Amino acid sequence: MTTNVHRLSPMRRNEELAGWLFASPWILGFLLFTAGPMLISAGFAFSEYNLLQPAQWVGTANIEKALTGDPLVWQSLKVTTIYAFVSVPLQIVFGLIIALLLNTNIRGLQYYRTIYYLPSVLSGVAVALLWRWIYAPNYGLINAFLAGFGIQGPGWLSDARWALPSLIGMSLWHVGGGIVIYLAGLQGVPTETYEAAEVDGAGWLTRFWHVTIPLITPVLFYQLIIGIITALQVFTQALIMTNGGPHDSTLFFVLYLYRNAFQFFKMGYASVLAWILFFYILLLTLLVYRSSSVWVFYSGEVKRS
Amino acid sequence: MSLETQVQRPSQIAAHHRRGSYRLRKKFGKIIIHAVLIAGAAFLMAPLLWMFSTSLKSLGTVMVIPPEWIPEEPLWSNYAEIFQVVPFGLYIRNTAFVTLADVVGKIISCSLVAFAFARLRWRGRDTLFIIMLATMMLPTQVTLVPQFVIYRYLGWIDTYFPLILPNWFGGPFLTFLLRQFFMSIPLELDDAARIDGATIFGIYWRIILPLSKPGLAAVGIFTFNASWNDFFAPLIYLHSRERYTLSLGLRSFQDQNYTEWHLLMAASLVAMVPVLLIFFVAQKYFIQGIVFTGIKG
Repeated sequence: MTTNVHRLSPMRRNEELAGWLFASPWILGFLLFTAGPMLISAGFAFSEYNLLQPAQWVGTANIEKALTGDPLVWQSLKVTTIYAFVSVPLQIVFGLIIALLLNTNIRGLQYYRTIYYLPSVLSGVAVALLWRWIYAPNYGLINAFLAGFGIQGPGWLSDARWALPSLIGMSLWHVGGGIVIYLAGLQGVPTETYEAAEVDGAGWLTRFWHVTIPLITPVLFYQLIIGIITALQVFTQALIMTNGGPHDSTLFFVLYLYRNAFQFFKMGYASVLAWILFFYILLLTLLVYRSSSVWVFYSGEVKRS
Repeated sequence: MSLETQVQRPSQIAAHHRRGSYRLRKKFGKIIIHAVLIAGAAFLMAPLLWMFSTSLKSLGTVMVIPPEWIPEEPLWSNYAEIFQVVPFGLYIRNTAFVTLADVVGKIISCSLVAFAFARLRWRGRDTLFIIMLATMMLPTQVTLVPQFVIYRYLGWIDTYFPLILPNWFGGPFLTFLLRQFFMSIPLELDDAARIDGATIFGIYWRIILPLSKPGLAAVGIFTFNASWNDFFAPLIYLHSRERYTLSLGLRSFQDQNYTEWHLLMAASLVAMVPVLLIFFVAQKYFIQGIVFTGIKG
């Protein structure tokens, strides 16, 4: 790709130009909606700006406040981290178990797949309202069910001890998206590999642990990263179902950011929070990525010991 | 490990006197798997059935313990009532307008960009592709505040521009999906068309697009879902009630009718219907799409 554009044949020069033209929507979008705003956001981080008065340079005041003087930053980071670290592995484990059960040549596969996948296409305010009703203290589905056994269930969303676990439980309703992906990955495992292992006397647990799992680790790796990024940006459930409460026990990071930007109109401080989220996602992604050389196996690659 | 090896060793399977018990065991295993899968399916479907059941009850029968799953007198009139309590029809029209504009924009822009990345050779392509993939990791919140300030400066707050415009400039996830799709089409087709005198746009329009209908359908469906359910952007950009989308309408409905669960569930279910319909009609495109890229629906 080092040839000078003027020395290219007319056809290649044409293609060169067409490449940039066809890609121009994204290139423009990247400059207008991503790169430009990122630069501005970096500027805002050092300013105080409430939309009404012109922005004022305050140096590192916002950053110092966020890192040392605002307990809600740490509370919201804690809530968001617990949610991500519990819900993502649970979703992966449950999704994988169901995918393995579905991958046993079972009859009615497509019906099961439809049922398990269906909830994961539903999202937004309607789903949040549905789950508020399921968790409702007196007549909600769960407590009505428990009442049948004479058990008085807690106020799932109004009890600070139960609110976050309830939101984590709700996230398991969406395991279906993962199941479809794992199933595709599992069906990509060549049957000869299993047969070879079976002839060598490997039982199902050995086959599962030493054949199936290694061959789908690239899929698990991808799901882990996407899952963490998504979980760290939870917002709708938190606003609709608990509004961060009770006692900030479900104050998700993006909800806190939203309050600062659009309820307190602290645009500079909100920008700092956005950058903290960005670096946190980057850090976690890098950690998962660094760990991948130990546990992710790509076929065609010989594992170094 | 010795126990499992004993069960599965082929020589033992072949042993005649054991064959019966092996089959029985296998059949028994299948029944257990079905039982587990059915239990799981029941757990996942219960919320939706519960929602439907509640939407047909009255304020009084909602509060009956133990709850009736099938209401004795289903109140279909609840569905008519929500349209009278709130301008639900208007919210649906607004949401449909924004969603349609998003879907068209996303299909056009993503397919153009994906074509450049999958089928054309140009300098800078690989670098830009890596940059595009890197932006997938960028949380949208980083650009949120400046974007809001810019839209406010342009006087576009309380209009649909901030909701629609970004969808006309590609987007990493769906462009990546289409690029993977386009790459699976044999390159010889492009060469043959070129020899026949086709322009580059002709190759895109007459060869790649017609062969990629499933991929384009997946892009359309994912965009439809995301736009239809979007809450954050309408929440910060739309203020007038007459411009509300369904998400905002549902939220204000909740604030006014906090405990009228039968109406809230009827309204929520109405909001879900288009997504459910598309799911049942086009399930295979969903599945194809997420298998291609690993994007969840």
